[in-house]
Amino acid sequence: MRCEEAEILLHALIDDELDAGHAHAIETHVATCQRCAAQLRDYRDMQGALARTNLSFDAPAGLRRRIDARLPAPSRPDRRSLLKGFAAGAGLSSAIAAGLLIAVIRTDRDSRIMSEVVSAHLRSLQADHLTDVLSSDQHTVKPWFNGRLDVAPPVIDLTAQGFTLIGGRLDYIDGKPVAALVYRRRAHVINLFAAEGGSGPRGATMETIQGFNVRRWGETGFSLWAISDLNAEELEDFSRKFEAAQRGGA
Amino acid sequence: MNRPVASDPRLGTGVFGQEMAGATADRARRFRETALPHLDAVYTLARYLLGNASDAEDAVQECCLRAFRHFDTFRGGAIKPWLLAILRNVCRAEYARRAGTVVGLGESGELPDDAAPLWNEAREAPDAAILRQLDAETMRALIADLPAAFREVIVLREINDLSYREIAQVIDAPVGTVMSRLARARALLREGWLAAEKGSAP
Repeated sequence: MRCEEAEILLHALIDDELDAGHAHAIETHVATCQRCAAQLRDYRDMQGALARTNLSFDAPAGLRRRIDARLPAPSRPDRRSLLKGFAAGAGLSSAIAAGLLIAVIRTDRDSRIMSEVVSAHLRSLQADHLTDVLSSDQHTVKPWFNGRLDVAPPVIDLTAQGFTLIGGRLDYIDGKPVAALVYRRRAHVINLFAAEGGSGPRGATMETIQGFNVRRWGETGFSLWAISDLNAEELEDFSRKFEAAQRGGA
Repeated sequence: MNRPVASDPRLGTGVFGQEMAGATADRARRFRETALPHLDAVYTLARYLLGNASDAEDAVQECCLRAFRHFDTFRGGAIKPWLLAILRNVCRAEYARRAGTVVGLGESGELPDDAAPLWNEAREAPDAAILRQLDAETMRALIADLPAAFREVIVLREINDLSYREIAQVIDAPVGTVMSRLARARALLREGWLAAEKGSAP
């Protein structure tokens, strides 16, 4: 691989957008090219610094109210449509980066993982599959994962904040064992999946998939997904309380 | 940008029969559930593209009303890129209004230095620079200083956390363009970063 190609592709590498073959080709090039290795290191540092910093802007509450007021008023709750359209986005042509090469973008791993999160949530709602360890005590739930996972997941009791910890279980996402923590809010079950690894602190995203709200975010050492049929605002509230308690070392 | 958005009779419920009103309310409920959770991401892009809170609020409101009017044309998939693409079009209209002419956010023909090398070898020895953490205000200012076409890909990737495919959808360009533009954007950001470090060095 030439430096001109590597200079473009190393960005796809740090963005986790390359397939294994191209990722390997870059890593091989970087191993023998000081200059490209320095670029890779700098861009990784820069990306890490950006990710650790809150650079987004919160929409002002007044703006939310104005938009809400312009939309037709909500009516009686309707049956949720479980299957939303799954049509993929517009058929995008594969990449030709600056005329250099055709890069093979990895198949959309994120959306596959998201659908696995939804499947795991649905499975957990079937009878007798919600928890392997049934306890509202974080000091019981956390040690239960010892020996089942390499790294102890964050287990936080949020009962005082209105989200009752009801237990935990071992689940699988992306072919790897993950901790599933189960919380309840009124009649709604929240599954919080914590997978070891990931890209470190990451901005949170909220999506609606098959009628469930899924919030995904990253903490040092863990990727986290909270999923529930709870409304997006309360799920957001839950996630923020969890994050706050985790940062506070609760 | 301060002119009010013309009221759209389709937004009201008064003119509908009961069935139609029910359908509209259902559409509004789905829109609230799926689109509004992304309001922060939409507002963030608007702030970076327009540079101030007041224009950004106007743009986000216009974006949401436009998105709701066209909600029937949204065919599933991720809604965030769809919303951000609408916001970007609203911002382009505002750019055009400010300039009195159309300013391309995405026309590659006018991108500065697109052919220049990404890494200035003459100026930087390979191991000369190690990037340090800057404070949030400095980082925001560095991003704001980027030309719009580069600024938007940085915001979409690093702050709004979109994949290359989603960014391609938002800026209506091939994934290859996203990749090369992101490479150029990071090279420019890195230059600014190093300069900011020197400026703040004791």
